[in-house]
Amino acid sequence: MTVTARGPLPRAPYDVAVVGAGVVGCAVARELARHPDLRVALVEATDDVGQGTSKANTAILHTGFDAAPGSLEARLVREGARRLAVYAAESGIPVEPVGALLVAWNEEQRAALPRLAKKAGRNGCHDTRLIGPGELYAREPHLGPGALGALHVPGESIVCPWTTTLAYATQAVRNGVDLHLDCRVTRVRRHGGERGEHGGQGEHVLGTTRGELRARFLVNAAGLHADTLDRELGHRDFTVTPRRGQLIVFDKFARDLVRHILLPVPTALGKGVLVAPTVYGNVLLGPTAEDLPDKRATGSSAEGLALLRAQGRRILPALLQEEVTAVYAGLRAATEHDDYRVTAHPGQAYVTVGGIRSTGLTASLALAAHVTGLLAEIGLEPGPVREVEPVRMPNLGEAFPRPHQRPDLIAADPEYGTLVCHCERVSRGEIRDALAATIPPRSPDGLRRRTRARAGRCQGFHCGAAVRALFEEAAASREPANVHRREATA
Amino acid sequence: MTAVRDVDVLVVGAGPAGLAAAARLAAAGAGRIEVLERERRAGGVPRHCAHGGFGTLARPLTGPTPARPLTGPALARLLTDAAVRAGAAVRTGVTALDWAGPLALATVGPHGHETLRARAVVLATGARERPRAARLVPGTRPAGVYTTGELQQAVHLYRQPVGARAVVVGAEDVAHAAVETLRAAGTDVVALVTDRPRAPMAPLRAADARLRRGIPLLTRTTVTELLGHGRPTGVRVRRDDGRTAVLPCDTVVFTGDFVPEPELARRGGIALDAATRGPAVDGRLRTSRPGVFAVGSVLHAVESAATAVREGAHAAAAVRDLLAGAAGWPDGVPVTVEPPLRRITPNRVAPGDTLPHLLRTASPVTGRAALHIAQDGRLLHRRRLRPGTAVPHRTLRLPADWTARVDPRGGPVRVWLA
Repeated sequence: MTVTARGPLPRAPYDVAVVGAGVVGCAVARELARHPDLRVALVEATDDVGQGTSKANTAILHTGFDAAPGSLEARLVREGARRLAVYAAESGIPVEPVGALLVAWNEEQRAALPRLAKKAGRNGCHDTRLIGPGELYAREPHLGPGALGALHVPGESIVCPWTTTLAYATQAVRNGVDLHLDCRVTRVRRHGGERGEHGGQGEHVLGTTRGELRARFLVNAAGLHADTLDRELGHRDFTVTPRRGQLIVFDKFARDLVRHILLPVPTALGKGVLVAPTVYGNVLLGPTAEDLPDKRATGSSAEGLALLRAQGRRILPALLQEEVTAVYAGLRAATEHDDYRVTAHPGQAYVTVGGIRSTGLTASLALAAHVTGLLAEIGLEPGPVREVEPVRMPNLGEAFPRPHQRPDLIAADPEYGTLVCHCERVSRGEIRDALAATIPPRSPDGLRRRTRARAGRCQGFHCGAAVRALFEEAAASREPANVHRREATA
Repeated sequence: MTAVRDVDVLVVGAGPAGLAAAARLAAAGAGRIEVLERERRAGGVPRHCAHGGFGTLARPLTGPTPARPLTGPALARLLTDAAVRAGAAVRTGVTALDWAGPLALATVGPHGHETLRARAVVLATGARERPRAARLVPGTRPAGVYTTGELQQAVHLYRQPVGARAVVVGAEDVAHAAVETLRAAGTDVVALVTDRPRAPMAPLRAADARLRRGIPLLTRTTVTELLGHGRPTGVRVRRDDGRTAVLPCDTVVFTGDFVPEPELARRGGIALDAATRGPAVDGRLRTSRPGVFAVGSVLHAVESAATAVREGAHAAAAVRDLLAGAAGWPDGVPVTVEPPLRRITPNRVAPGDTLPHLLRTASPVTGRAALHIAQDGRLLHRRRLRPGTAVPHRTLRLPADWTARVDPRGGPVRVWLA
């Protein structure tokens, strides 16, 4: 198993290089890892998997009920949701099928609900149901006054996006994929001409911040930067305009205020602001939708937070009485197109996976299968296929037993009964496991996404220094060599 | 099956208040007294307050006042030793997860799960500073953003490096502790920033920071944005006259703005006081649930360690009365304050109260002001304040002699300044 974060890259050419270790890139790498004959590199600009859009979203596993019928996105979301639900159960990724309510706050919105139900049906989502105010308030007693009715979409779920991405990447690495972190691709050249020309194979030479990496086939899963990489290969199919989504995470005491994902009725102005429980037992309010030129503008703004709070006060007034635990902002890779931009370029042995906006998490497994199919169509011979060993991820969800709740685990190892992060109830055992896992965190924030340590209401007042000490102890004991080979423990 | 064990008194939290209660109870032979502490060491917040100022209060517990002023860690040790010597069991690394009955708590620790049943429970779960997110300070999310509590632990307990230049947000007395800690870590303090017109700290401290250490104090100034990816590069600030500036720094410390940690109280459905956001208690520190008491900073975030110790000792007497069979658990009459007063504890009145009430004002009160106390339009008490005492960084103490005039069946008691 190979994860590198510094030093030169292997000189021998890979069969496939996947650029971008977000949820989509990791899913593609995992899918390719099912073919033992393929040498696959997963190349990531930052120091961890899932560091971009994949870590900062609404954490919803969609049904695709409101996708544009007939689009690639609609198909892949529908198929991906089914696949991910199965995969999550098998891998220990927390999912809660709480269902969604599209709440109509005025006559215009109520009038739109039957149309949305019909559209859901065309997207293969046949179990939606219109409900009146009586049932709506029975289901959501804390909903603000004035709601006229809702469309109930029982298939919508909440999921842990961090565990999902990490599960894919872990499985990929354990099955032979090389993960190269802190490895930003700065340019791409093709040697040996077009594929098939003069019977030549040709190969991509990726110039990275850690030197050159060669690969016969290239997959662009660079998310916000997919258009930049695409231009390196001479394409101008789309331009990514980051759409910022600011979100507020409310205290766990707010969890009892809401049972479903409360969605607004989509209007011409966008999908609007939602209120949703999280699998960690918090409540999420957001996102904003701001088109920005800057691909690093992951900050929150006073205006954004004020807008969210105003909307939240209308949807769930009691929510605003609770403390805010965290605020974050993510950038969706929006383009000028309505659909995903997934394109195979046979002559270049290259597949672009662009414009994956807010449904990438849900669609990830279907996208991976689709991309692998495209690679085969343009000449990749994947060789034999095997079923990869399942992974079992540490559970971060409140709907399933956490380690400190399991007497069997504590009896076998008292470290699971010793809590370090008290707000989130994270044990020393879980932190130790994460630090020794296949893909260990390279920052305290990476440790937080793997364990929830210091993600709670005190944000480190009580445990911050202790958690950092554990992290630094592990980082110091980690050999400074550029290749980390370690046994699977997670 | 989870093991079940019985004790006489269960104290949750081994800070000054909980330890003082346990020490008194154990010394008085009140039976089996057990203190649960989720951290690895007992002592509470003073564990990481390396500064002095914890001196005089230790006298009643430890004999003559030590010659040198006590630091926080020294006090933590003294209080822990006193509780243990008196016969209380102080169990560290054990977390009270939730209630398992009216007077029973489900716990977990390295030895597994255990349900502890008691005849009385004392909640001493303390307080914390509100972090950056709860204060809704916009911007990026770099590392190197602390609360004073985390900073003190990082520097004094773990010797972690901090940064080169820090901006300290807030100017309560705890900001002074943050400055001291930053100095110990070799970090320069760029400025103290407060939205108040004056620093809500003791004038001597404010003068010390400004004059002796040369630290600018920016009043009427708000932090409007954190800047920087990975590490902070600065904070954007705005004065109330609209001027803005960027203060370059690589570390930001959010100080003060304490809130109680009433998680167990809330989980148990124990009534909270709207002003303190901690459990509502009467003058015997009884909560709304019979058999459950609350002491220390969970009641009023925050007062001094000396106050916490006094409350621990005071609650110990009430617990002993309960164990001795005293009947009745009065609801108490609610006490509310009006602005600029911010809070009062105790915030219920029941017959027989003797504990002085502690009040805080949100803004300084100038001129000759008096506290007025009334119930159902009837003035119960009027008390002149010494000029200059009604300021945000000072506690107003109100002796409980007026509580005997409260009608236990009457309406809420109002307290205001006029």
